[in-house]
Amino acid sequence: MSLLFVQLLSGLANAMFLFLIASGLSLIFGVTRIVNFAHGSFYMLAAYLTYSLAAALPGGPVAFYAAVLLAAVLVAALGGLVEVLLLRRVYKAPELYQLLLTFALVLVTADAVRYLWGADNKTGPNAPGLAGSVMIMGQLFPSYDLAVIAFGPLVALGLWLLFHRTRWGVLIRAATQDREMVAALGVDQSRLFTSVFVLGSFLAGLGGALQVPRLALTTVMDTSIIVEAFVVVVIGGMGSVWGALLSSLLIGVLNAYGVLLLPRIAIVLIFVVMAVVLVVRPWGLLGRPEIQLRPPGSGGVVGARARRLGPIWLGAGVIALAGLPLVLPNFWISIAVEIFAFALFAASLHLLMSVGGMVSFGHAAYFGLGAYGAAVLLQLAGLPMPAAFVLAPVVAAVAAAVFGYFCVRLSSIYFAMLTLAFAQIVYAVVHQWDDVTGGDNGMLSVWPARWLGTPSRYYYWALAATLLGLLLLRLVTASPFGLTLRAVRDHARRAEAVGVNIRALQWTAFVVAGFVAGLGGAIYAFLKGSVFPVYTESPMSVQPLVMVLLGGVGSPAGPLIGATVYKLLDTVITRYTDYWQIVLGAILLVLVLAFPRGVAGMLDGRRP
Amino acid sequence: MRASRLLSLPAAALLLTLGAGIATAQAPIKLGDINTYSGIGAPFTGPYRQGVEMAVEEINARGGVLGRKIEVLFRDDKAQPAEAVKHAQELVESDKVAMITGSFLSNVGLAVSDWAKQNKSMFLASESLTEALTWSKGHDYAVRLRPNTYEQGRMLADKAGKMKYVKWATIGPNYEYGKRAWETFRDRLKELKPDVQMVGEHWPTLGKIEPGPLVTAILNENPDALYVSLFGSDWLAFVREAQKRGLFQKMFVVGILLGEPEYIDPLKLEAPEGMLVTGYPWYDVKTAGHQEWVARYIKRGDKTPVLGSIIGYITYLSVAEAIKKAGSTETPKLVAAFKGLKVETPMGPIMFRAADGQSTMGAWVGTTKLDPQRGVGVMVNHEYVPGEKVLPTEDEAKKLRPAN
Repeated sequence: MSLLFVQLLSGLANAMFLFLIASGLSLIFGVTRIVNFAHGSFYMLAAYLTYSLAAALPGGPVAFYAAVLLAAVLVAALGGLVEVLLLRRVYKAPELYQLLLTFALVLVTADAVRYLWGADNKTGPNAPGLAGSVMIMGQLFPSYDLAVIAFGPLVALGLWLLFHRTRWGVLIRAATQDREMVAALGVDQSRLFTSVFVLGSFLAGLGGALQVPRLALTTVMDTSIIVEAFVVVVIGGMGSVWGALLSSLLIGVLNAYGVLLLPRIAIVLIFVVMAVVLVVRPWGLLGRPEIQLRPPGSGGVVGARARRLGPIWLGAGVIALAGLPLVLPNFWISIAVEIFAFALFAASLHLLMSVGGMVSFGHAAYFGLGAYGAAVLLQLAGLPMPAAFVLAPVVAAVAAAVFGYFCVRLSSIYFAMLTLAFAQIVYAVVHQWDDVTGGDNGMLSVWPARWLGTPSRYYYWALAATLLGLLLLRLVTASPFGLTLRAVRDHARRAEAVGVNIRALQWTAFVVAGFVAGLGGAIYAFLKGSVFPVYTESPMSVQPLVMVLLGGVGSPAGPLIGATVYKLLDTVITRYTDYWQIVLGAILLVLVLAFPRGVAGMLDGRRP
Repeated sequence: MRASRLLSLPAAALLLTLGAGIATAQAPIKLGDINTYSGIGAPFTGPYRQGVEMAVEEINARGGVLGRKIEVLFRDDKAQPAEAVKHAQELVESDKVAMITGSFLSNVGLAVSDWAKQNKSMFLASESLTEALTWSKGHDYAVRLRPNTYEQGRMLADKAGKMKYVKWATIGPNYEYGKRAWETFRDRLKELKPDVQMVGEHWPTLGKIEPGPLVTAILNENPDALYVSLFGSDWLAFVREAQKRGLFQKMFVVGILLGEPEYIDPLKLEAPEGMLVTGYPWYDVKTAGHQEWVARYIKRGDKTPVLGSIIGYITYLSVAEAIKKAGSTETPKLVAAFKGLKVETPMGPIMFRAADGQSTMGAWVGTTKLDPQRGVGVMVNHEYVPGEKVLPTEDEAKKLRPAN
């Protein structure tokens, strides 16, 4: 009994941290519709600031608390600056471009923190006056955690007063529901957005600063919190602070009991909860259906306007690609194959995003399953390499059919997060199923057949597969099926009214995208010679997203350009510096600000 | 005419060799080190790199190897096996390195090793601890410096088996290292002390531990002793919660690697006392040349060493010895040279075993204690356990490897 109670308290303490971080994230998304990856970076930055300030400030025991507050305020100011100086410039860009910008900020902040504070793990001071423990039902419990449990509801109460007793709060609530209407009523949107960013960042900062007495500071704190924070927000319902509170409590407490009952499931527990919640309640526990990532009409552009390259240019391109191995050294031939794999990966996501209006955060599942499919068919089923290669995308497509069935019932950010949940479940399975997948040690010796065993031979094999994959995407996009898919994207209701079976259509697109991503995964598996669980993890899902956005959502060439630019930048920069993140981040920032419609969008715009 | 031709042949050959000798004396021997220099690996690989650079400076100051200087190209694998493979290919094919070293994470080590096997390049894994590297996935082109998970687990079990503790629980990261670290320890412990019972296992996600509930859960299993294979930030966060909840007063704790300065120093005076650990007590190691090495290291970088520092250093001592023994930088000769290669190191002599490429480097086993003067935890009553003592014999090891 005492165990269960103390476990409840532990869960509540963790829940309060989740709440601080998730409420800020939810607020920012609710009002500005920005998927703010940099939220975790603000959290990390505040923790490091607290660490340094607590040591530097005078005032003995008060110094720590002053440091916490000051760190949160500094981070809030930084959030405001980022909104004014950077994000404001890209609000007019297609939806989701802000995501690319915040991703660049994540990279820059991570390296800035490493540069300023060093890479070694740090433990900060304990909270003065709360360093000890109290006896609760025969068990010692940290007094700091008790204080946190008391503090969380105070923050929630403060937010409630803010939202229900101030004009600003009323505007925020109004903007969360319908920001166009708020703008139409003459409210200054930019000030509203800035203030929301400041408050959201403050909450993230507070969360990070208060972790200092509990956790170790690491330069990867940002990425380890951000996905979890999004999950909490989505379970609660995007934009709902109360939803964030409810889901933080749910996740915190479930995690605490989960370690008692199912020790190995911690890796995936919250994603399973999210998947279940989203399947039952498509907008989260307390969310509203209005919120959309991509409101009708703002949409993407792969339409009649997009220019098609003439057959002469296409032919010239293919001939140039076919000639590459004659002039490139082996290493660059392999880089070219890597670009092929990612071009397919990004192009398949592009089908979902631009043509279908469905943004996936979990596309790595199908890329990874293509790679694992190839490895398992080759090694456990004993198929010859070409057969394993050809069947691997089918494995991905089958998984896409199963997961897609549930995903297409949802829209916008909830769709995105359910795809993420399934990707994490795939990750957990390949990570834990040691007998088949080799767990985190991966599957080795997944090499091409002997007759394909030189870099240039494998290059031609991969080139052929890539061209076929792209051709498939092109045929699907240009077919009546693709046109109808676009109609659904632009106006689902009207499309439904003329008799389109929306779900069947989107489901089919999901399977096709999964198949092509799987083909990319198969190319990648035989290129690298090994397959690992990280191929299915969330950072892998972010990559094609960045590529599509970088290249340009609106153009069929966008993902190809994006994959090429991103991979080349990455390859070249890593060669010269360990601080590749800050360089890559800075370049992405410049690209986003200079070409807010992506590189291909810019090229298109130049033409008369 | 004929005679003069015959005479001139050796002369020409001599000239050619001299010429080649002069040309190559100017070109350094390039080597490539692939490691997780950013992200999760950065706290460990930073000092490792310092150690590598120190070794290279010293070797070059002595005139290099085979009359050539050595030069190391460092590449960051970003904790991604695929990224490491990309670097391996570039280093070998474009930069023409003689061999590859490094790898911190086990799966990165395995990926590079498999690439080396496929492409017939030499790979010295310095940090990766997975046994698979030299055993179940072992081959001629890969050798490994550090004592693997199996050895370290066994060192601890040999000590713990003599203790009175019967009920054991474990906590470790949910991946291969954590699971194998526990299994090897547990199996050996059962051998030595058949009456031990296992009362609980906890496997938090690597890098994402929520320690509070785990500590409570362990306390309620009421074990006599706890075996810990957490490390890095997970370990630090766990200690803070465990201290506040009185875990260390209630049970004996055994920690694999946790005496290494990498893991114990960041805890400062919060480090738990009385734990049985493997580690590296650099402040207290009196083998020949070790204190001088420490002094040189501190002088060079103004920082005290961690295990990674000396591992980086010994990695490159070994590389230099191998090239010297091979008399060449060609892969087949390096492969042969590493078989039974003996290296004099600040830790004492080590040997890369011919049968499995595992070096006989050992580790120190001791008990933790606080050192108020330096403000950190240290190891006391420690003993160096050489690799030979815990490794299977070379004949047994051969059977663990796939037939080539």
